[in-house]
Amino acid sequence: MSSASATLPAPAAPDALPAHMRRCDTTGMSICLAAERFIKLNAVAAVVFLLLGGIAAILLALTRWQAVHLLRVDWFYRILTFHGLNMLIFWILFFEVAVLYFACTIPLKARLFSKKVAWVSFGMMLTGAVMVNTVILQGKADVLLTSYLPLLAHPAFYLGIILVAVGTLVGVFNFFATLYTAKRDRTYEGSVPLVTFGATAAAIIAVVTLLHGAIVMIPTFTYSMGWTPQPDPMWYRMIWWGLGHQSQQVNVCAMVAIWYLIANLSTGAKPVNETVCRGAFVLYILFINLASAHHLLVDPGVGSAWKIWNTSYAMYLAVLASMIHGFTVPASVELAMREKGYVKGLFGWVMSAPWRNPAFAGFVLSVLIFGFIGGITGVTLGTQQINIIAHNTLRITGHFHATVVGGTTLAFMALTFYVIPLIFRRDFIWRTAARVQPWLFGGGILLVSLGMSFAGSLGVPRRDHDIEAAGIYGPATHLFLGVMGVGAIIAVIGLLLFVVLCVGTILFGQKNAGRPMADWGTAQPMIGSREGSLADDHWATKGTVALTGVFLACFAVYYFANWKALADVWPVR
Amino acid sequence: MSLAIPDRGWYKAPAGAEKLWIGLALLWCFVMSVMMPFWHFRGKQNSRGEAYAVKPADFLARAEKQVAANKVGELNGFPIVEPAPGGDAYLVARMWAWYPTLKLRQGETYRLHLSSLDLQHGFSLQPLNMNFQVLPGYDHVLTITPTSKGEFTIVCNEFCGIGHDKMIGKILVE
Repeated sequence: MSSASATLPAPAAPDALPAHMRRCDTTGMSICLAAERFIKLNAVAAVVFLLLGGIAAILLALTRWQAVHLLRVDWFYRILTFHGLNMLIFWILFFEVAVLYFACTIPLKARLFSKKVAWVSFGMMLTGAVMVNTVILQGKADVLLTSYLPLLAHPAFYLGIILVAVGTLVGVFNFFATLYTAKRDRTYEGSVPLVTFGATAAAIIAVVTLLHGAIVMIPTFTYSMGWTPQPDPMWYRMIWWGLGHQSQQVNVCAMVAIWYLIANLSTGAKPVNETVCRGAFVLYILFINLASAHHLLVDPGVGSAWKIWNTSYAMYLAVLASMIHGFTVPASVELAMREKGYVKGLFGWVMSAPWRNPAFAGFVLSVLIFGFIGGITGVTLGTQQINIIAHNTLRITGHFHATVVGGTTLAFMALTFYVIPLIFRRDFIWRTAARVQPWLFGGGILLVSLGMSFAGSLGVPRRDHDIEAAGIYGPATHLFLGVMGVGAIIAVIGLLLFVVLCVGTILFGQKNAGRPMADWGTAQPMIGSREGSLADDHWATKGTVALTGVFLACFAVYYFANWKALADVWPVR
Repeated sequence: MSLAIPDRGWYKAPAGAEKLWIGLALLWCFVMSVMMPFWHFRGKQNSRGEAYAVKPADFLARAEKQVAANKVGELNGFPIVEPAPGGDAYLVARMWAWYPTLKLRQGETYRLHLSSLDLQHGFSLQPLNMNFQVLPGYDHVLTITPTSKGEFTIVCNEFCGIGHDKMIGKILVE
């Protein structure tokens, strides 16, 4: 294992492949051609929706930045609805289906269960997404992503969402059916790889999530048609968030699986302990399900015991899972780098990491933004009582732009720097720009998230066209909204650059069929180093211990500072 | 490798630094879990979700009755109502206003009733930044004690249509 592609599985003996497969020229893995086609289709659709959502994002940020205040009030809420659905639902779900098709076929040398089922899934999802976008832009669904009853949209809005959800479920079925046939036909022996395991966890949570979507959207659709009475608004909130928040846990699972994947592709990292990594995914499946409670912490009709129990499931074991990944992912990179001979000091392995590789840079930024900003704010805001000083303020928006955008979206973008060369078989154009892209997007979204969080701490509501009417927000507030606006401009430039790079490469990139992909930069072993040399040294990852120590200290400071802030407001019970 | 089938016998207990981190993380999760029940019993700010079913028309009638009995003035065309200390105070949320303006006394405790006549609204008291959800059909009761004097602004922070950002109310504390 010593050349650029050495961190990937060594090419196997060129035994004959069945007609439905091809051999990857870079990794030597067998690739199911049907899976490859649907990975392409879903990934392309995903990027189109990302572009639509990104255009909406800049319009919104330039409106909430009060100094610019671009959109008229009706178009602000229309574009906000459009942004939410395209980013949080369509971009994410299409990309996740692509990830699932990858994870159930290529690492297992398996064949996709059914092309027909994949077409049905893709067709339903695309039809639904087009329906939803059309009805929103026609101005018939200015109800925002959550469409809280008694707000009511055109029936086509709900029907479109149901189509997308069911279409995704059909895709998830194809994933499970492929896992089953691969096991039955013994395409592999032993346990599935970690990436497939993580994707399976995501798929299981997706089923539970999408069932919530069906439960809440079907009666809302029939109500909008006038066939049934209006569902209770509190019931709607509880079940809707079973869809709305849990779908983000699907993202977390998929994102973490991608972290392990990119760590592996760029530095040759492998899990320090498979049991620990897999155990953490199992914790997600078991303990993450009722995160919907986080949106109901200051609601009427649900009591303290319900709120506390469902916020923490008694022990925050899903948080524990994320904290475990937060250690094992950097630890695996550190161990791989140290085994390659980069042993200088605590952080010599960091300095020598393949930063020129945009996938690696994007992955590291994703880990940092998700953990330090998204994770810490999320757990704190989701604390039952602390939610009183955060609910529906821009703090919430600041939190999830760190998780879903700085975390998930950045990880998905990072992976694309491998997906296009390996699946579309074209090397990237404009490679210097590609190396800058993760920093632009990650840096921009970091500013967006911080600007929103601080403005929210000063009481600025989320989802509000114009805060001047209240007449109470001072210069500090406007400064933070300005930070958000500048960050959004930078992030959207990063997003547009990403789309240009992807589309440009798919159309004009140099074909790499028959040879390995152009290397982005992978960590090279130093002379005399030996893979596996630290396998028995359980204290080798000292740099990771230091980093996670800093993380825990930040977490504790932020967490208790919020309790202090809460203690300063009026007593209420 | 994360992409490869793991070696047989991959099941092994965590060791060394990894074990230490799992222990620390578990301990931290325990601390956070205990904080919520602790604050429920010892802290002063809690959201118990106390609520009663109410028809919008009935809730409006209670608020109107309060206005008739306890009106002490007017502010921007809205009646100012001073509820009895220790008693009930009704605040109606509707598209797009908070009705009426409440006048409270520092250090006294009130049972503040929040409900909506139409869509969902968000009660966001500024500059304190205290936030509660307001739903139609639910009489959401907050037992609240103003501890600071001045003019406080209620911002709506749940989207409720085109006039959402203009839905501003006041609470005065003396």
